Amino acid sequence: MRTAEALRMALEALRVNRLRSTLTMLGVIIGVLAVVILVAIGTGAKNAVEKEIAGLGSNIILVVPGQVGLGAAPTQSRLDLTDVAFVRRVVGDPSKVTVAVNSGEPVRVGRNEVFATLTGTDENMPNIFDRPLRRGRYMSATDVDTRRRVTVLGSEVAAKLFGDVDPIGRQVTIAGVRFRVIGIYETVGSTFGVARDQEVHVPVTTAQRLIGLPRINGIAVGASGPDEIESLQSRVVAALDARYPDEKFSAVTQTQLLGTIGTVLSMLTGVLAAIAGISLLVGGVGVSNIMLVSVRERTKEIGLRKALGARQRDVLWQFLIEAVLLTTIGGLIGILLGVGGALLIQALSPVPAAITWWSIALAFGVSVGVGVFFGVAPARRAGRLDPVVALRSE
Amino acid sequence: MTTQSPGTPPAAFEAIGLTRSYDLEGVSVDALRGVDLRIEQGEFVAILGPSGSGKSTLMHLLGCLDRPTSGVLRVGGVDVSTLDDTRLAELRNQTIGFVFQSFHLLARTPALDNVALPLVYRGVGRSERRARAEAALKAVGLGHRMGHRPSQMSGGEQQRVAIARALVGDPQVVLADEPTGNLDTRNGEEVMNLLERLNADSGVAVVLVTHEPDVAARARRQVHVRDGLIELDSRSRTAPAGTTEGEVG
Ligand SMILES: Nc1ncnc2c1ncn2[C@@H]1O[C@H](COP(=O)(O)OP(=O)(O)O)[C@@H](O)[C@H]1O
Ligand SMILES: [Mg+2]
Repeated sequence: MRTAEALRMALEALRVNRLRSTLTMLGVIIGVLAVVILVAIGTGAKNAVEKEIAGLGSNIILVVPGQVGLGAAPTQSRLDLTDVAFVRRVVGDPSKVTVAVNSGEPVRVGRNEVFATLTGTDENMPNIFDRPLRRGRYMSATDVDTRRRVTVLGSEVAAKLFGDVDPIGRQVTIAGVRFRVIGIYETVGSTFGVARDQEVHVPVTTAQRLIGLPRINGIAVGASGPDEIESLQSRVVAALDARYPDEKFSAVTQTQLLGTIGTVLSMLTGVLAAIAGISLLVGGVGVSNIMLVSVRERTKEIGLRKALGARQRDVLWQFLIEAVLLTTIGGLIGILLGVGGALLIQALSPVPAAITWWSIALAFGVSVGVGVFFGVAPARRAGRLDPVVALRSE
Repeated sequence: MTTQSPGTPPAAFEAIGLTRSYDLEGVSVDALRGVDLRIEQGEFVAILGPSGSGKSTLMHLLGCLDRPTSGVLRVGGVDVSTLDDTRLAELRNQTIGFVFQSFHLLARTPALDNVALPLVYRGVGRSERRARAEAALKAVGLGHRMGHRPSQMSGGEQQRVAIARALVGDPQVVLADEPTGNLDTRNGEEVMNLLERLNADSGVAVVLVTHEPDVAARARRQVHVRDGLIELDSRSRTAPAGTTEGEVG
């Protein structure tokens, strides 16, 4: 018997038992659907985070006190501005080092008030981070040295406080102190859940006085190229460790962040896909079950086919193809629904979803494999049926 | 004992000391207890006997659906014990046509495809299968019912579809196990006419299992089976054609 013939026969059998075929497929459909959607969401999340990190700027090293790692508690900073000057000497190029002091503060204009992230920094910040201006100017060295009360606003803060009015040159009140707006940043979105458009930047010296503490939260160093990052990173950490033998310092680069987060998210995606894969396996057990029932129900048919000249392998082939067809069609439907579902999630919710070819290929391959694996036992049973017993069964 | 002179064709069936026992929960049931039987090509034989006498068992053995417990069976001169399952399937496919009491058609498959089924396993192409199945259906008077499903047909029609299926592959023998058992007199008559014509026109040997004496009387030879043994092997006096005369007595 030709394969095309067996295929036609199997399709006919599935068509005749349409309801049962559909119900059997359902397990496979749901499994494949889950694999495709979950992988799409996992991949989408990874892409989004990577885009955020890349959006910071290039070749940045962040120096923070304490150990940086998953699960490490944040350390109280003991760094101050003399340490920034020290790092500048270590790095050699002072314009490639900047500083950050952070604090949540209310910002008010007349009756409008928003809660913003106050960030104290200096004139070197734009040399290191990608932070284009929409209007006005960045803060200057003089602004920092003379502790001027000037501020550059994140786009969202500016929009909420001033609406359509041009804020440049106007006054805002930050933590009860009046500042003059000298610039507004372009919208940049958020990084690690930090809404950067909700920041207000002021000179670091001004910020320290406002907060009442001489501390800083971190130092950022810009390497001149990707090749320099690693040596610069170890040089800065070694210098700080030598300066404070009792303390630990960490320096992380974007590449390391990308690597760590990428690994975590890939693992997460893998775990999700594996869970979905288990449901696919359960679907396969369902197929096996139904095929066994089907073999029993069609005992007479099998006996008849054998009487008419079907060989053991003809019958085995017929039932195996039926099982594989069930899971393959189920897999295709699952893929279609999964892709549709991922697109729908993408369109209707903030969850990013990225459909990947490998997940579709994998889901398809697994559904075919499940059909073969779980179809073999029932098909062998069908092939081995004794024709006389089969024909006598009424 | 049954030697064959050179030149004559081998017998359709030749059974020597054929037995078949079943193991029923430790108890051995002897369905056949040593059957010697020779059926020539082109014969029309009825196998008669009460229910449970072993008729179906014998037919399943002759049809190569089953293997004897002991004894020798030659089909067309070939000792079936030398054939594996695959070769037996091919032998069934090419030399034997089956007709069953309960028709055994695929209920939801059109008559034409039911009839063409043996050719599928012979590897015959689709268009040729169609043509031959059409011809077979026309030969049993069902040329107008080719697309109908057995579930939409009367018992008589279904058995005629089954006969078409039995003859579509040009077999040497048709084995019919109680082919009229589920039919009324008129439809049974029609089925018998078809089998008779098949035997007369195409020279196909017909082996007919029945427990109805008047059905058996239409065959030229009657083999009586009782308790797994051949009790009597008799031939009708009447000539092969015009069997109606013989039925009067
Ligand atoms: N598969 C089987 N297992 C056990 N006994 C069987 C089996 N098939 C047939 N028999 C027994 O063999 C004997 C002959 O059966 P069968 O050939 O069907 O008779 P008939 O067709 O003449 O009515 C009966 O006693 C029956 O019960
Ligand atoms: Mg019987």
